[in-house]
Amino acid sequence: MTVPDASTLSDGPLTLAEVERLRADFPILGETVNGHPLSYLDSGATAQRPTHVLEAEHDYLTRRNSAVHRGAHTLAAEATEVFENARARVAAFVGVRENEIVWTSNATEGINLVAYAFSNASLGRGAPASSRFALGEGDEIVTTEMEHHANLIPWQELAARTGATLRVIPIDDDGQLQMAAAEEIIGSRTRVLAFTHVSNVTGVINPVERLVALAHAVGALVVLDACQSAPHRPLDLGALGVDFAVFSGHKMLGPTGVGVLYGRAELLDAMPPFLTGGSMITTVTLEKAEYLPAPQRFEAGTQRVSQAIALGAAVDYLSEVGMQRIHDWEAALGQRLVSGLSAIPGITVLGPPPGVERAGLASFVVEGVHAHDVGQYLDDLGIAVRVGHHCAQPLHRRFGVTASTRASAYLYNTPAEVDAFLEGVREVTAFFGVVPTLYPQSSERTSL
Amino acid sequence: MSSSLESLYQEVIMDHSRTPHNHGLREGGSAESHQLNPTCGDEVTLRIHSQGDTITSLSWEGHGCAISQASASLLSDVIVDLDRAAVQERIDAFRELMRSKGTLEGDEELLGDAVVLGGVSRYIARVKCAMLAWVALEDAMAKTSAA
Repeated sequence: MTVPDASTLSDGPLTLAEVERLRADFPILGETVNGHPLSYLDSGATAQRPTHVLEAEHDYLTRRNSAVHRGAHTLAAEATEVFENARARVAAFVGVRENEIVWTSNATEGINLVAYAFSNASLGRGAPASSRFALGEGDEIVTTEMEHHANLIPWQELAARTGATLRVIPIDDDGQLQMAAAEEIIGSRTRVLAFTHVSNVTGVINPVERLVALAHAVGALVVLDACQSAPHRPLDLGALGVDFAVFSGHKMLGPTGVGVLYGRAELLDAMPPFLTGGSMITTVTLEKAEYLPAPQRFEAGTQRVSQAIALGAAVDYLSEVGMQRIHDWEAALGQRLVSGLSAIPGITVLGPPPGVERAGLASFVVEGVHAHDVGQYLDDLGIAVRVGHHCAQPLHRRFGVTASTRASAYLYNTPAEVDAFLEGVREVTAFFGVVPTLYPQSSERTSL
Repeated sequence: MSSSLESLYQEVIMDHSRTPHNHGLREGGSAESHQLNPTCGDEVTLRIHSQGDTITSLSWEGHGCAISQASASLLSDVIVDLDRAAVQERIDAFRELMRSKGTLEGDEELLGDAVVLGGVSRYIARVKCAMLAWVALEDAMAKTSAA
């Protein structure tokens, strides 16, 4: 089991030679798809895993697999140790303490955990410590127009359950958050501000510090969706000052089935649980139960042990390569994507124009060609991209489209792959024949 | 471009997607159904026009991928002056073709030009696109029988 050999890594920016060596760590990148070498440009949906991560999980399952936090036998003790050690490494990776890291199934569950804990607090559970999380009529939850459905629907539901009002900060035509509107919306009624660090559709990077300052000035709690930032840039949640954050293992070289909720220790310890049952209690009678402190309070039932351990291995791998270097490499690929796409007639890129900071991804619309057809053509060339609304329907509606095509890069993608993708997109416009109105809209809707 | 992609996007399909037939909802329908594929946002609203037990024609509108829109257009060419049983027979034949994973040719007697969509059956992710309008027709028929 090896992380990338340190002797093969340089101190400066990632080089193509290094990336080619790293690619050898990812067996799937050697696959052939439809007669072409795979070009995987869908890491925004799920990332591929290096042998190091696959072996970490295999090694645990073949040598130490056992129930954690129970049992006194040797394997159980060792399993608990490596499980908790993974938590410590993930905590260090994002600049927080290990008792502030809760394992979840994915980021979606993390956000729901927070929303349901607030909901339970609103019912008086965990009072008086939890009363700071209680919401009711007159309170406001604020999110943004660019959110993934997972950072919107849990808040819609929380508002509906508690009588609180959900407010949404709009974006501008380039996909940037309208900060003037944010300053107006975030006010004395705001109790929660939930927003994404990086948009998985537009590649926009939100000004976390400014938003945290606005929220904290009015005593609101900040929930950060870090799904697109934790895998791709140095992230220090402690320094950013957010109160909660979530991210997913499978987007950062780790397995599916494991995600992370970060919460400031004093908040987690004051919050009532969401899922209840075994492993999260101290004393149980037939009438009631006492709960463990965080993080165990929020980890009811048997945990995803091998996945957590593999996620620990994934952050080791990322740290070894260096998050700043990964960020810089991907930022260059993102600019290459947006510049190339913008130069093709009939293509509209969603989000910031070339030259403006964006993550290593680009979503775009081909005039007159549906995203499904674009994706199908590229798939025929062995190029994997995402098509559809990318779990962000309101954001697409804002841009007046129902679907887009997204190419998203990671540390293992090369400029040559981006160029081949761009060539494929140029062929798409020729193959489908880009015409101004492919689907004429019927005039006024008639009645039956 | 591979030959399989050419079989998916045959010229007939491309023509129908660029210049769809019976596009635009006409007045005087007897039932209507709106179908949405939530994964990609493809939408079709289809209306049945009938006289007695005979479905005389269809009209529809929608937006989405070339396959979903061409399929609606091709369907509207198939369903002209047919009784309900004959319509259902064609829906069933098309569904069987779509589930065939490329093993069936498709019955041209029943499906007319819509057999060109047979290539879609090899692309499991696209079968829903091709089925969208046909599901809308089936749903609209169910509404008329319930009424």
